[in-house]
Parts: sequence; C-alpha cells; structure tokens
Amino acid sequence: MSLHKHKTFSIGGVHPDENKLSAHTPITPLELPKMVIIPITQHIGAPAKIIVQRGDAVKAGQIIATHEGFVSSNIHSSVSGKVGIIEEVMDSTGFKHTAISIRVKGDEWVENIDRTDTLIEEVALSPKEIVARIMESGVVGMGGAAFPSHVKLSVPEGKHVDHLIINGVECEPFLTADHRLMVEKPKEIIVGVKILMKALGVDKAIIGIEDNKADAIEIFENLLVTEPGISVEALEVQYPQGGEKQLIQALLNREVPSGGLPSDVGVIVHNVGTTYAIYQAVQKNIPLVERVVTVTGKSVKQPSNFLVRIGTPVIDVLIAAGGVPEDTGKIVSGGPMMGKAIADLDVPVAKGTSGILLIPKEDSMREEVYNCVHCGKCIEACPMGLEPYRLLLLAKKGNHSRAKEEHIIDCIECGSCSFVCPSNRPILDYIRLGKTQLKKQKKP
Amino acid sequence: MSAGLLTVSPSPHIHSELTVPQIMRAVIIAMVPAFLLAIYNFGLGAVYLTALSVFFCVAIEYLIARYLLNKSASIYDGSAVITGVLLAFNVPSNLPWYIILIGSMVSIGIGKMSFGGLGNNPFNPALVGRVFLLLSFPVQMTSWPIAKATLSLDAITSATPLGIFKEGLRAGESVQALMTKMPSYADFFFGTQSGSLGEMSTFALLIGLAYMLYKKIITWHIPVSMLVTVFVITGIFWLIDPSKYATPLFHILTGGVMLGAVFMATDYVTSPFTHRGMLIFGFGIGLLTVLIRLFGSYPEGVSFAILIMNAVVPFINRFAKEPRYGAKRAKDKELETVMH
Repeated sequence: MSLHKHKTFSIGGVHPDENKLSAHTPITPLELPKMVIIPITQHIGAPAKIIVQRGDAVKAGQIIATHEGFVSSNIHSSVSGKVGIIEEVMDSTGFKHTAISIRVKGDEWVENIDRTDTLIEEVALSPKEIVARIMESGVVGMGGAAFPSHVKLSVPEGKHVDHLIINGVECEPFLTADHRLMVEKPKEIIVGVKILMKALGVDKAIIGIEDNKADAIEIFENLLVTEPGISVEALEVQYPQGGEKQLIQALLNREVPSGGLPSDVGVIVHNVGTTYAIYQAVQKNIPLVERVVTVTGKSVKQPSNFLVRIGTPVIDVLIAAGGVPEDTGKIVSGGPMMGKAIADLDVPVAKGTSGILLIPKEDSMREEVYNCVHCGKCIEACPMGLEPYRLLLLAKKGNHSRAKEEHIIDCIECGSCSFVCPSNRPILDYIRLGKTQLKKQKKP
Repeated sequence: MSAGLLTVSPSPHIHSELTVPQIMRAVIIAMVPAFLLAIYNFGLGAVYLTALSVFFCVAIEYLIARYLLNKSASIYDGSAVITGVLLAFNVPSNLPWYIILIGSMVSIGIGKMSFGGLGNNPFNPALVGRVFLLLSFPVQMTSWPIAKATLSLDAITSATPLGIFKEGLRAGESVQALMTKMPSYADFFFGTQSGSLGEMSTFALLIGLAYMLYKKIITWHIPVSMLVTVFVITGIFWLIDPSKYATPLFHILTGGVMLGAVFMATDYVTSPFTHRGMLIFGFGIGLLTVLIRLFGSYPEGVSFAILIMNAVVPFINRFAKEPRYGAKRAKDKELETVMH
C-alpha cells in the first residue's frame, strides 16, 4: 500500500467495524423461487399503474405496471408464469403497498432481451434515446434510496454538469454487493459509465471506491489506463463516505448547498449497481428485474452474494445462505447503519434491497439510555456539521421553527450520531420525528 | 422455518463500543497515577480520605435518587465515584472526615442532584464542594501536609508554593529570593511539592491525560487551550518584569492548573459541546486563573476560574458552532447574488 493518504470527506464521520464477511464470495444466481411478490412502489415517486390482471400469463422482462408521471418507474415481471393475487403486502419499509404476485413457471424471457454474456462496448443510442431506454427499463438508484435514474439524468435547464461520479464506496458495514459487482463486471460497469457520460454530455467521470476494496480499485486502474476521461479514486474507509454529499466533497471539494441537488455544483452521482443496470438496459435491453443482494451477519452459515430476481421473498434468499440461525433477533433489509428492520420473512426483495443482514439476539436490542452527558461526540460525528443533541431536544419539545433554524432538514439520516452516543440516546429517532413534523407543518 | 419474534427498530442497528459507564471507568483509570503518587507522598491518609469521599458521594447520590427523587439508583454509571475522587484530589490529605462529608453533601446534593443528576448540573460538582469547603473551613483547607519526599519527618503542614510565593511578594521579597526557597522544577514536575492530594504531580496527571486522549474519552482542545493561555499570559508578565512575576513554567507546574486542565475543566457535562467552544472555554479558564493568581487575594484561582467559565458554557454552546456542510457554499452564493 502506498503511504499517500487517500481522500475523504472533511466534516464528521465514524468508523464502525467493517465486517465485510462476504467480500470474497463470488456472486451466484439464486435458484428461481416458486413465487415472486412484486410491489408497485419500489422507488421514490408515484406508484406504478398495474396493467395486468389475475390469471394473465407473463414473461420475464415484461412490463406489469407502468410509471405514473415523470418521477415514477416502470415495473417488470422478473419471472415467467401466471399473475396471482394482487393485494397489499408489507414491504421492507414496514408499510403496506400493493404488490403483484406471480406464480413462477419455467424461465421464459421477452424476445428482444439479450441474456448472453457478450460485452457490447459500442454505445449506439443517442443521449435522448439512452434516457428513454433507462426510463423504459425501470432503472432506479440501487444504493438504497431507489430514486428513478432517468430523472437524475434529466438535468434542469440552466444547470451545467461537468462531472459524473460513480459511487462504488459501499461504506455500510457488512454489505459487499457493489464490491463483488465491481470485481466481476468491471468492463460492463465502464461501458455503463460511458453511457451515462454520453447521456449527460460530460467528459469527466470518477469512480470512488473505499480503500478496503483494493482488488476492485486495482482492476479499474488497469482497465482505465486506456480511458482518458474516466478515473478511479481510492477513498479512506470512513462512514458515510458513500453519502452523495460527502462523496462529492471528498472527490471534488464541492459542497452541495442546503436543500440543493448535486447538479447545483455540476455533479451527477450514480451508484455502481445502477451503472451496471444501465449497461444491461441500454446495451442488452434487459430491464431491472434482478439485482445483487448480500446475505450476511455474524451467525449466518454462508455469508453470500446472490443474484436475486426482484420480488423473491427474503426467506428464499436466507435458505440459500444456510437458513436462519437460531440466535437471530433482528433482520435488516440493507446495511446496519441505514437499513430497515423487517418484521417477517415474506417481505420481497425490491430494487433497492442491497443486502439482508441477520443480527443476533444479544445485539438486536438497544442498551440502557442515560442522560445526555454533553460529550459532544454526536457533533464530532455528524457529517453535515449539525448539532444532533440539540435537534433531539428541539424535536422532543416540538419546537419546529428552532429546529429549522438549526438545519434539521439537512440531516441525511446516516445514523452516525446515534451510533456514537455513549448514553444510547435515540437521537436519530427524534430527528426523523422532527423532520416529519416540520414537513407536515409546511403543507397547507 | 421461523425466526420467532423479530425485533423491529429504526436504524442504526449497531452501536459503538463506548458507553457512559465505560467512559467513567476510563476516567477513573486515568486518575490512578495521580492517586498512586498521592499515596507515595501522603501515605495511607490519602487512601483513607479518597475512600471516604467516594463512599460519601456514592451513598449520598444513592439516598437522594432512591428516597428523595424516587428514581432508580443512578450510581452504577460511575459518575459519583469520579466526583468523590476529584473532591478528595482537591483537598489537603489530612482533612477531617466530617469536612469531607460536608463537601460530599454539597458536591452531590447541591452541585449535582438538585439539578436532576448526571448531565443536568451546570457546575462541576467536585469544585462546588471544594469551593464551599474553602470558604467554610479556610484554615483546614489551606494547611497542607508536606510531601514525604521533601521532608522525611513527621507530617508538618505548610502553605503551597503558590501561597508562599504570594505571601513573600506581599512582604516585599523579590522573585529571585523566593525561588531559592522553592523545590526545583523537577520536584514540581514529578510531584513532591505540598498541595492538595491529587494536584501534586504534573507527570502523573499527564499520564492520565495521555490515557484519556488515547482512549478518545476527551480531545486535546480544553487542556491545551487552558495551559497555553496560562503559559502565554504569565510569560508576558514575566518578560515585562521578572523581579515581580514568576516564570510561566512555575505557573504551569504549581497549584491546580494541571489537575484542573486534565480532570476538572474536561468534565463533559460542564464544558462546551464543540471544539471551538472548548478552545474558548479553556482560554477563559486560563485567563481567569492568571488574573486571580497575579491580582486576586487568593494565591490560587483554578477552581474559581473553572466555576465561572462553567456558568458561561450555555452561551458558548449557543454561538461556538462547528462548520456546517454547505454553509461556506451558501455564503459564497449570497455574496455572488449581492455582487451581481
């Protein structure tokens, strides 16, 4: 390793144990489940509109729900089979959303989809066609937030974008889905980057990767020697390095203004998983119907990275990783810092599900809460430079105008404050409450 | 297959190792070197007094929490133990038991529990107790047994170097003449002067400081800012008139400056939240300490300086904020709009 210190963001940050148990486990396709449950709300924005009925035969890759308005996303069937019951089910957010169940039969795909492994480097489509294809293919941000990708690519008039950043940081402990994808599909990802650069009309792209993924960094360094516009940058391991705002600051030393978007400082950020999905959509005509999911946890028999069809119930994925350990107390969809605990095992894998983390019973309950001892560790940790202890107090009191003055809306909910608080105070819980109530207040 | 009932709670789902009881334990460990030196200097009297003080503080906190506030006992977090040790550290080692009992009652009862216990007290509890005792029992609180290393006879009491210094100056002696009566800087550094139980050895206190910094219990901001301030201001006076003012090193090594900088001013609850605030806080304590030492009627001013700055902490917290993400950019933007 070189002595040169890698870049990192300058405000706050924490260092949870990395626990990348599945970092060297290759991605394996998960066996087809008997049934998939595909929610029509897997993205930020309006739910998609269902266009199939119970009893319809569908093929893998076929649209079963279309986007409603611009900020929405198409939903495709991830399997071939027969549409079953359409009803509200609880998804990984903990809320009930309408979902289409499909009984799997065979594995028949829509005709014009190219399922071969042949790499297609030539980007034939025009920028407009690229955005249209991405929209058509239902690609959303796969880092967790699931924001429709075509919206991000439609830069508003008057804003000039000069850099594309590819987020390969994967700063959440335990998760390795992006890491494996970068190691196993680097050429496809690079073509994906070129597609995005063409769509945005930018000539500079940076792939940011935390330096605990030395193999991925090396692979890209070697492949990018012949690609003048694209570079790879190693970043220090520090949470939340993969936060969009933190990553932009670390790589380009630009700060997104409060309430603004990356495009305000000339940057668009896409996750590597999304970039790969965009390659698939644009070059191979494969809509977003499967994704890499890390199954992990200290007691998990075989921490794994699976290629999972969207809609596969969590239980099927867990069985493939050696079953649910006896001592499991909590199951998290996503990483330990920002993931959501799920209440039962029938919850389906969605487009934004980057991992399934099993937490042993003894680690799944919060510890005793003490009074705030004014240690200031939450302030040291906050990557937005806020004062989390104060936001907790203001939210608790319901003093929303003061909370607003203290920039509660800037909170990215990374959880660093609650993570470090030696008094185990539920800081982020109250900040979320405060944010929600402030937003409610704004509405007439 | 079933996983039984699953816990569902909001993120984050992991927590750092450091919790309040662990922090308190680390602080107690950091006080061990100074305590060992106190035993070396003052013998079992130091153990007796510290044990009494800790026992009284913990017992009083337990009784108040249990019977006056009807809360579950809060003694297990370890903070009452720290207050007990620090109170003992701040008094002469031959203090009678009833005085330390009164000090404990004031520290815990008035200084801490009357505000609602851990985290709610504006003033450092041990210092509240100490200053109360200083004002109520001025004789007992200012006659220190001489450390064993300097005098191997029966314990005799004396004033501290700072006290001798102040008296001497008042009597018209010159600094040079006074310094010849003093132990060497090495004695000051390793802790063989007379003084309060825990303030003897700069060296032992620095070990404690290093341990707390290594364990990331505290940051360097308060101790460094306070010590640098004391050093610089006393240094300026010394440069102006070395016959009237002692050297900055003398001021750093004697009295309660080091104990204050390491254990008293760094108390989480009664110091500011942000690093910027800590720097201001440390500066204020340093400045007030020097002013009291040089121009006040007391030879030593660390306790008063810390208590006064404790009172200012809420204001410091209000205004000394850390840089916020996007704030710089927002300012630039405002400027741009103003200029166009």
